[in-house]
Amino acid sequence: MSKTKIDRTPLSGAESVAQAMRQINPEVVAAYPITPQTGIMHAFTAFVNDGDVDTEMIRVESEHSAMSATLGASAAGVRAITATSSNGLALMHEIVYIAASTRLPIVMPVVNRALSGPINIHCDHSDTMAERDSGWVQIYCENNQEAYEMTLLAIRLAEHKDILLPVMVCQDGFITSHGVEGVKLYKDSIVKKFLGKYKPKHPLLDTKNPITIGPLDFYDYYFEHKRQQSEAIHNVRKVFPKLVKEFKKISGKDYGFIESYMMDDAKEAIVVMSSSAGTTKEVVDRLRKEGRKVGMVKIRMFRPFPISEIKEVLKGVDIVAVLDRVESFGAVGGPLFNEIRSSLYDYNNKPKIVNYVFGLGGRSYTPELGRQVFDEISKDKNSKDYEHNLVRYLVVRN
Amino acid sequence: MVDTKEIKIKNLKELSKQKERLAPGHRMCPGCGAAIIARMIMHSTENEIVVANATGCLEVSTTIYPYTSWRVPWIHNAFENAAATLSGVETAFRSLKKKNKTKKDIKFLAFGGDGGTYDIGLQSLSAALERGHDFVYVCYDNEAYMNTGIQRSSATPYGASTKTDPAGKVRPGKLEFKKDLMEVVAGHGIPYLAQASPHNWADLMKKAKKAFETPGPAFLLVLSPCIPGWGMPNNKTIEIAKLAVDTNFWPLYEIEKGKYTLNYDPKDKAKPIIEWLKSQNRFKHLLLPKNSSMIQTIQDHADKKMNYLRMRANEK
Repeated sequence: MSKTKIDRTPLSGAESVAQAMRQINPEVVAAYPITPQTGIMHAFTAFVNDGDVDTEMIRVESEHSAMSATLGASAAGVRAITATSSNGLALMHEIVYIAASTRLPIVMPVVNRALSGPINIHCDHSDTMAERDSGWVQIYCENNQEAYEMTLLAIRLAEHKDILLPVMVCQDGFITSHGVEGVKLYKDSIVKKFLGKYKPKHPLLDTKNPITIGPLDFYDYYFEHKRQQSEAIHNVRKVFPKLVKEFKKISGKDYGFIESYMMDDAKEAIVVMSSSAGTTKEVVDRLRKEGRKVGMVKIRMFRPFPISEIKEVLKGVDIVAVLDRVESFGAVGGPLFNEIRSSLYDYNNKPKIVNYVFGLGGRSYTPELGRQVFDEISKDKNSKDYEHNLVRYLVVRN
Repeated sequence: MVDTKEIKIKNLKELSKQKERLAPGHRMCPGCGAAIIARMIMHSTENEIVVANATGCLEVSTTIYPYTSWRVPWIHNAFENAAATLSGVETAFRSLKKKNKTKKDIKFLAFGGDGGTYDIGLQSLSAALERGHDFVYVCYDNEAYMNTGIQRSSATPYGASTKTDPAGKVRPGKLEFKKDLMEVVAGHGIPYLAQASPHNWADLMKKAKKAFETPGPAFLLVLSPCIPGWGMPNNKTIEIAKLAVDTNFWPLYEIEKGKYTLNYDPKDKAKPIIEWLKSQNRFKHLLLPKNSSMIQTIQDHADKKMNYLRMRANEK
């Protein structure tokens, strides 16, 4: 019998988030089924019905009501969570925007899935990218461990007095949500201490100090409220590193807004999000063995966008390929490409930059495709007319 | 079951001393039925209350930032989700109660207009009723989308002229009957629901009190005369609400644990429906000779409903 202590539990990405939710033990969770999110709520409602948590479940009739009920519970003054995917998020959209505008610290795990139509159940980022301007903090996770840890961090981030905004914790549908990995779960008591108690400043249930939430707000104040909201999301820039530092005592990890992989001397780089970052790291390793100076940047936080980190990390690079797992119809490239291209605008010696739209509707992103991207940009590096081919589609039939 | 007539409520003198929960100075139209209804319903419980309001006249006219008329905790989320939002609030309270973190006994109250209840909010209301949250949902029914400027809803009665279904040369306004929301809600098997009118304040307040004291979901459907939408003088709100009841257009009844009670039956003293129609401009075109058959249709519809209610009320 081996005496090696295994400190990792085999869990899917969905189950990892459910474990985080078990440790958070929110007062209220609203749930509506949609593939591939269902794994989260299956695991979590088992905790509820086994008495592992004392959460009150609201099993609603739509995602619109899921977000509405979560908003109501959060406004009442308790921790409230819901989770969704794809069309579910699209159906919620109206209330997603209101939740951020109401400055409620809701945490919502999202399992990324392609939006209809045509209907598809597999991964791309069309669902959460459509919400990128909704006022939510958006965190994209590479793997199950990260999904678990970011869900815990999201609670503290959302509830911070300088932020008070909802947070989406995204993971890739099926690839992450259904893929089983060894996940290191931290002790309940340690996590509980890190999370602390939620003390809302103005809960609706405070009948002694009645407040009006969600009033009519015209041209004389609406603009200022939007401005305040904008400042609040930018405060994440200051608060997140502090929380990560505190959490490091538990996790031992330095989570940044971005993650750089072999970027110190890289001349060619891929920028990508979520599970595809893991695949790209493998490609970088292989190419490094061949002596090529390649690297990768993973965007962990898309909102607020980490502009200064991007500027810093891409400074000495000759060419960058930005991989967007979403098509932005009628735009010049995907949303990540546009953010990064805009971030680099002020540099005189900015790297060349091209965009690859990839993986729509769950199409695989393989190490071979990552290599193909590096091979192509390697040629583009010395080309003068790469701009004529700025936005490319990674393996699509014509 | 307690007979609603026997429920004790404060008399007018006592009520006049009770603290207002909806402060004056709001921007509802003079004579608006909804403001009267909201005040009376909130006066009918002495418990602490938390209110959720669907988007609509009552919401926009009482909370123009930075002012509010609400002296109780109040939340507005969107148009179609007052019931879902209040579900969340009520569940949060229940959770705190379970953990012994609150000793309060709060009542939860939702207000929605007919648009927010019969139409866009029906799904979230239905689900909240099915889940059995402990709240009172009040629909103040002014029979059209009044806040957006008098458009047809599924609560608009047959024959009424609205801005999206006006009395025209070839179509004389709405040709569909009003949705029977009481029957729809009754289908959920909730413990208590009632139809009321602001002219009979005692009946309305007793029903509201009963609704608040009923564990689980309760529903009140209250006719809410609308000055601009109905085309009526702003000092006739109560008279016209009374006329709706006296002509059997709006019977006062309740359904408690499946048992129907007709709270008022004018019997053979019922006024002809034309009296009701004549009182408002939205029905004015029905008085033209070419539309005379429509009046009979409306009369027949009202008679049929009243007979149905009498039959149900007589069930043992």
